[in-house]
Amino acid sequence: MKAITTNHLAKYYGKSRGIVDISFSVDEGDFFGFIGSNGAGKSTTIRILLGLITATSGLAEIFGQDVKKHKTSILRKIGYMPSEASLYSSMRVKDIICLSAGLRKMDCKAEAQKLCNRLELDTSKKIRELSLGNRKKVCIVCAMQHKPELYILDEPASGLDPLMQHEFYSILKERNKEGATIFLSSHILSEIQRYCKHAAIIREGKLLLSDSVERLGHTGVKRITLQGVDSIPRLEHIKDVKAEQGTISFLYSGEPVLLLKALSILPITDITVTEPDLEEVFMHYYAKEKDGYGNI
Amino acid sequence: MVIFKHEMKQGKTALIVWTAAISFMIGICIMIYPEMSSQMGEVSDMFAGMGSFSQAFGMDKINFGEFAGFFSVECGNVLGLGGAFFAAMLGISALAKEEKEHTAEFLLAHPVSRAKIISGKLFAITAQIAILNIVVIAVTVFSVIAIDIDVPVKTLALLFIAYFLMQFETAAVTFCISAFLSHSGFGAGIALAAVFYFLNIVANLTEQAEILKYITPFGYTEGADIIMNDAINGKYFASGIIFTIAGIILAFWRYQRKDIL
Repeated sequence: MKAITTNHLAKYYGKSRGIVDISFSVDEGDFFGFIGSNGAGKSTTIRILLGLITATSGLAEIFGQDVKKHKTSILRKIGYMPSEASLYSSMRVKDIICLSAGLRKMDCKAEAQKLCNRLELDTSKKIRELSLGNRKKVCIVCAMQHKPELYILDEPASGLDPLMQHEFYSILKERNKEGATIFLSSHILSEIQRYCKHAAIIREGKLLLSDSVERLGHTGVKRITLQGVDSIPRLEHIKDVKAEQGTISFLYSGEPVLLLKALSILPITDITVTEPDLEEVFMHYYAKEKDGYGNI
Repeated sequence: MVIFKHEMKQGKTALIVWTAAISFMIGICIMIYPEMSSQMGEVSDMFAGMGSFSQAFGMDKINFGEFAGFFSVECGNVLGLGGAFFAAMLGISALAKEEKEHTAEFLLAHPVSRAKIISGKLFAITAQIAILNIVVIAVTVFSVIAIDIDVPVKTLALLFIAYFLMQFETAAVTFCISAFLSHSGFGAGIALAAVFYFLNIVANLTEQAEILKYITPFGYTEGADIIMNDAINGKYFASGIIFTIAGIILAFWRYQRKDIL
């Protein structure tokens, strides 16, 4: 069964565009990354999935149920972590965690304690006394203490220090191994590449593509790094040129034969051909001036 | 029940402060009554001769020499205006504050229907208004016992019922407004309570503005009418009930369809 399915989902705020035509699906047990710049429509999509806002048109389903019709029963299966980590400032951490469990009519004390220990969270402090990172930790505990079937996490790791990010992703990997589905939006592409099995890229409210993280890297584009030269070969289909002393690096999406021909006349001392990382793929799809390989 | 308890905890400090302030002022007013009652004959004559000013506050029809008349003006204004401000503050911040501070996102991502959230908040508002009024009634009873005077129990009971219903109506109307707002309308809520109060003053000044009595909840809390008729004005009260029910229904309707941004 699909954990998440969206079909031609659109949302307009008056005349302003939220999302235009979002169709993708997430399998049960997947670790799915949702990539996009600020204002691309990630949070709008997530808010529709949670029933916080209503789609202008299209369909959104979670575990085969329409999010509009079965909102409450769907939310029982979800652990949600908002990007802003806004909580009741006058409450203590332990009271917020207890409130979250109470709203689910569950006793999650044992699991909450385990998570607080792992995340080194002081539960006696008031929310207003916490840094962004610690407020994020409270949100993590609230999203995880009831061991949901689906985790929807909006920019979860921002604000966490590197050690805590590592611990957070360790917990997520454990939950994923236990069968839970993870759906997270992030700007940190290296994390998506490291942890996610599948990912989707969204730009200006439209879904650009959705595929396995491995296949997303295979765009037909190669990162070419040349030693011993100061200028780029005279070729088309070259992008993202980086030059340092005696080293030239660029993305190339043209014919290999043409590249070899152009390189054969240059005084190259070394050459490296690599797959672009996800960040380069992301930039590739986000490039405003599309060329032959910028189109999908 | 979780929402109700949560709301009661969130509003605890404000409830204590408002209840203590209003109760203290009412207690003081009652304690000084014996001192003032001896001079009340002259005070009543003075108010009767003040024309529109007395008329505006309904003091032209009231005998200040009697406890009910004194209570309805002095204590009524404290509990009426103070209670209305407290009720407006509760109502206007109930839903809008959650959105302004982005805690609505936290709350609504839990498996609780919006109808239950609205109900929980509404019950908490009602409970807080009830607690304030019960404490004020208790302070009134103890103060009256302390100064050892006979009081018209039925008239006082009607005044307290009218004040409670007025506060509840104010809360319901501002609660409805809150459902339409996505930012804190705290100032607007307090201003609306003040407008209600002044509409009643205007309605007292001229019969041509009587229609305002149907709009403002202060219309049926008018002490002079309650003392003279020994009853709450049914027409104004019925209008208040309609506004209250309409406010609550509209709040439910709006909030269940609202986009939480």
